[in-house]
Amino acid sequence: MIHLQNIEKVYRTDTVETQALSSINLNVAKGEFLSIMGPSGCGKSTLLNIMGLLDEPTRGSIRIADSTADKLSDKQLAHFRNRTIGFIFQSYHLINDLRVLDNVELPLLYRKSTAKERKQLALEALEKVGLSNRTKHFPTQLSGGQKQRVAIARAIVGQPEIILADEPTGNLDSAMGSDVMDILIRLNKDEGTTIVMVTHDENMARKTHRLVRLFDGSQVQ
Amino acid sequence: MLKNYFKIAIAVLKRRKFFTFISLFGISFSLTIIMVLTAFSDHLVDSSYPDAHRSRNLYISMMRLTGEKHGFSQNGPPSFYFLDHYVKKMKTPEKVAITSFHQPTNTYINNKKLTIDQKFTDDTFWEVLDFEFLEGKPYTRQQIDNAERVAVISENVRRKYFGDEPSVTGRYIETDNIRYRVSGVVKSVPITQFATYGDMYLPHTLGKRDPQDKGLNGDYFAILQGKDASSLPAMAAEYDDIIRRLPIDTSRYDKISSRADKYVASYTRLFIGNQDDSGLNRLLLYVGLVLLFFLLLPTLNLVNINTSRIMERSSEIAVRKAFGASSGTLALQFIVENLILTVIGGLIGVVLSFIVLAIWNNSGALEDVYLYLNYKVLIISLLVCLVFGLMSGVYPAWRMSRLHVVTALKTY
Ligand SMILES: Nc1ncnc2c1ncn2[C@@H]1O[C@H](COP(=O)(O)OP(=O)(O)O)[C@@H](O)[C@H]1O
Ligand SMILES: [Mg+2]
Repeated sequence: MIHLQNIEKVYRTDTVETQALSSINLNVAKGEFLSIMGPSGCGKSTLLNIMGLLDEPTRGSIRIADSTADKLSDKQLAHFRNRTIGFIFQSYHLINDLRVLDNVELPLLYRKSTAKERKQLALEALEKVGLSNRTKHFPTQLSGGQKQRVAIARAIVGQPEIILADEPTGNLDSAMGSDVMDILIRLNKDEGTTIVMVTHDENMARKTHRLVRLFDGSQVQ
Repeated sequence: MLKNYFKIAIAVLKRRKFFTFISLFGISFSLTIIMVLTAFSDHLVDSSYPDAHRSRNLYISMMRLTGEKHGFSQNGPPSFYFLDHYVKKMKTPEKVAITSFHQPTNTYINNKKLTIDQKFTDDTFWEVLDFEFLEGKPYTRQQIDNAERVAVISENVRRKYFGDEPSVTGRYIETDNIRYRVSGVVKSVPITQFATYGDMYLPHTLGKRDPQDKGLNGDYFAILQGKDASSLPAMAAEYDDIIRRLPIDTSRYDKISSRADKYVASYTRLFIGNQDDSGLNRLLLYVGLVLLFFLLLPTLNLVNINTSRIMERSSEIAVRKAFGASSGTLALQFIVENLILTVIGGLIGVVLSFIVLAIWNNSGALEDVYLYLNYKVLIISLLVCLVFGLMSGVYPAWRMSRLHVVTALKTY
């Protein structure tokens, strides 16, 4: 599903050059639930952003869902992300000005769909994360766990083949964290969604199919 | 899609209540000022009762005598003598009306003071201007020559002086201790129609001038009426010629300047023009610049607000990009948001303009001055608003859409 070949990422500023990733080779199979662990600053987010085509590698090539991601225009990239990938972030990144339902509908705005279809799909996604009764709330009226579940609903509403989650339980206490984890596991099992998740939590990582450890930009396991 | 833009736009506006208020206030207030100003200038400039044919009229209201050697300068309206002897005899106009500027007199009814503005005219005055007679008729040439004490009064004076009496023709009205017989009553003219306003119109032979006085300056002015608008240049040229040939009293002055102008130019020449330049084009330029400034101000305000909102909305921008919005789509969203704001501001401005004009028209702040919305200016202003709204959205939108997702995601 995801093929990374010799991926390297170097951040250059005027004074320093940071080697964030060096020669990463990683294949994620269709339907796999992979977790990535490693100390802070080792390049986990960078790797996930590259997989999500939000960032470009300095060197190396990426193939996702059988298409080469190199040399796509801004518009093509946007379209590809919209179709194929759902993102979940540590700090939720919900739009506070929009109600829960509108937040969840967001990815559908960027493809052909009617308002009725969007509402229908968003309600189904919210049902899956157990928040059908919060559709009219604003994000600020929700707990952290609820916010992350809204974010998951948003990530799955477009039925992407891949979910990329960057420390989805990082801001949550363990009870709320395991709720979120359960939803992801169910998603992977029931719908066959490929999931790559960055985590700090060994217990969470143990529940996934495979664990990849990063250290200083290199894959150590 | 548009509905969603609208939703987020309204949400953003609601969140930043103060800035929204400032933006909307800026746009609608500017628009209202423009609309009220143009309504007022329409009222001043357009042909209106009773001066219904301004497009074929020229006005002579000023005459300047200068003698550099003697340090002499005299500027004022021309005299009746000059207008009667030189201007009346002009060939190119069809008719020449001569009238004084209005002068206040006092009268008392039931111990209450009533000020009556008198205006002294010739008989042609009633032909050049389209006065609406509610009763009676104007005084005749014969009556003027006989210096009969007859008067045409305005409807306002009839009401204030005679009360609700249906007909007052033939009755007497006394002011400054002189009695005049009412010859007719005309519909009132607002004071803003400077050339024709008066409470009481009288034969010029009743004016307080010395019949022997042959000076050039006095307190009269003339309205020259041509066959149509095309006769105006010839009329102006003939008048220039008269001024050129006018005998000069070299012991006091060596130059006479006076022009026959169109209605608006006769005023602009008085206030911002000179002998060679009526100042009309300059006035239009100034007015244009002021209007542009009034519209530009809220635009700059919007650009400023939008740009400062970029950081605040970077999370939203990142999320939209991550979930499939291209830079173009995002830029469009922010431009549409801005347009929505501008349109709301514009609509409030229109409503506000209607309200202000309605209040004015009902207040009677200036008697008989009714102001109406100029729809042409309204539409132009709304379009300019829209264009500025677009423009003020483009730069911030461009900045926003250029924001890199990864960077934007970190700011949280
Ligand atoms: N935009 C950037 N410019 C410069 N250096 C960066 C940038 N983003 C990340 N880095 C650096 O790259 C390394 C990896 O960062 P990151 O992928 O965020 O680590 P992690 O998610 O594992 O904590 C860090 O050393 C970080 O300082
Ligand atoms: Mg990270």
